Amino acid sequence: MSKTDIISFENVNKTFETDEGQNEVLSGVNLKIEQGKIFGIIGYSGAGKSTLIRCINGLELPTSGSIKYLDTVVNELSEKGLIDLRSEISMIFQQFNLMPQRTIAENVALPIKYKKIGKKQTTAKVDELLSLVGLSDKADAYPNSLSGGQKQRVAIARALINDPKVLLCDEATSALDPETTDSILEILKELNQKLNITVVVVTHEMKVIEQICEDVAVLHNGRIVETGNVYDVFSHPKEEITKRFVKTTTNLNVSKGLYQALGLPEGHRLIRVTYNNENTIDPVISLVSRKYNVDISILLGDIKLIQGKLIGGLIISVEGNEEDIENAYKELKLNIGIEVEVINDVE
Amino acid sequence: MLNSLFPNVGTNWPEFTQSIVETIEMVILSGIISLIISLVIAVILVVTKHDGINPNFIIFNIFDKLINLFRSIPFIILIVALIPLTTLISGTAIGVTGTIFPLVVGITPFFARQIESALNEIDPGLIETGKAIGLSNFQIVKSIYLHEGIISITRMTTTTIISLIGLTAIVGVVGGGGLGNFAIQYGYQQNQFDVTMACIIVLLILVTIVQVIGTLIAELLTR
Repeated sequence: MSKTDIISFENVNKTFETDEGQNEVLSGVNLKIEQGKIFGIIGYSGAGKSTLIRCINGLELPTSGSIKYLDTVVNELSEKGLIDLRSEISMIFQQFNLMPQRTIAENVALPIKYKKIGKKQTTAKVDELLSLVGLSDKADAYPNSLSGGQKQRVAIARALINDPKVLLCDEATSALDPETTDSILEILKELNQKLNITVVVVTHEMKVIEQICEDVAVLHNGRIVETGNVYDVFSHPKEEITKRFVKTTTNLNVSKGLYQALGLPEGHRLIRVTYNNENTIDPVISLVSRKYNVDISILLGDIKLIQGKLIGGLIISVEGNEEDIENAYKELKLNIGIEVEVINDVE
Repeated sequence: MLNSLFPNVGTNWPEFTQSIVETIEMVILSGIISLIISLVIAVILVVTKHDGINPNFIIFNIFDKLINLFRSIPFIILIVALIPLTTLISGTAIGVTGTIFPLVVGITPFFARQIESALNEIDPGLIETGKAIGLSNFQIVKSIYLHEGIISITRMTTTTIISLIGLTAIVGVVGGGGLGNFAIQYGYQQNQFDVTMACIIVLLILVTIVQVIGTLIAELLTR
């Protein structure tokens, strides 16, 4: 299958005029999103994620640069052109944004309300979508009576009524509890696989990226600092911000309190070892331990599966005489694919 | 009992009932006309405001400042100032016919502001969603602003009608008819205190009815 970029950003800048002066939200963004993928954009709040995703369907226009959807330049479209574009690129939101004064069925049908589609056809389509998201029995209910997860399902059904090619998700799971988040992510994955919809996810949660995304871009202060395959980016994070995101999902963190409570012997060295699929850590640890006559105790361990590949790590305390520790540390460092970091000076 | 408590109302019974009918006529007629105009103005204000769906600095400011101008003129002065125009439009400046125009001009700026604030209460996320699902600006106004704002609009309309009842009494002073006219003519000029009291009671009943109906409709519309 040939790879087509369905969405591409070329040198996109966005500046907002505020009372305090110019606020640069996006600067020099270059991005390619491949058709049929689930693409994640991760960043902290204020990084420019929402602006970036809104550029894709023309809710925001860039100050300079261009955004392309296939061969269409989104930021040059007329008002009418944008309306047509938005039936191919649909969107769901953090706050679901259902219309409180309309029933669930009416909410789902709203995007095609003004298109000349027969009542019968509309009803059939709405029923089909509601059953797809598992809410057939709620057709005549009002949004107020639904839970957050159910509301987002309705929003997904609404987003699908135009048979879109792209689904934009703006922090779609950030207002949901972990369990509900999983179920929504599952639906998104299904839509991607069954209907071949390209999904673009904007989030601050690593969990979302890990669970469903194939490609990821890390956005920081309006710039894309790292991009690529999710496994590659997060198994070998290069930028500080990426490392911070990786840290949020592992329990390989030692707080000051925990460190003191551990009461490790004098002269120990606390080391964080992170490794990935190609390398298995255990033989290395025992090997080093034997070779340099140091005691290694494993304090914490973590492992997870991203796209079928492993990422994990350990926090170990190396004890012995100083020279042996140093040699053991150097030996550990020599291992390719293993990252070693001394973390004695915990914050 | 009526005759003993309100002797002067009894003697002027036909005029009294007539004035009630006139008040109701004035409220209904000017209320409906003003509602339509106010909806249009409020929609224009909300659509053209700086973060509206079709920002237009000039149009927004024209309507915004016009409303401020008319709201700053006390109603009694406005009526007098409008007399030439009223005569031109209605053919007369007195009686119920002559009151509709000044009432509409008097209440519309207030009404438009009320509806504007009702429309501005709508979650901006819903408006953005309207755009994201491919609705045109006209469709957003119709299907989101007006449709989702209906409860607030109902509440604001209730408040406005109650204010309008107050204005109809003022028009009475300058020969407009209705309860205000009746109260001035008999209660004030002929010093028949029971007439004034009767007018107050009728106005109280009218206001209560409007409030109860308004609240009821708003509750029925709440999902």
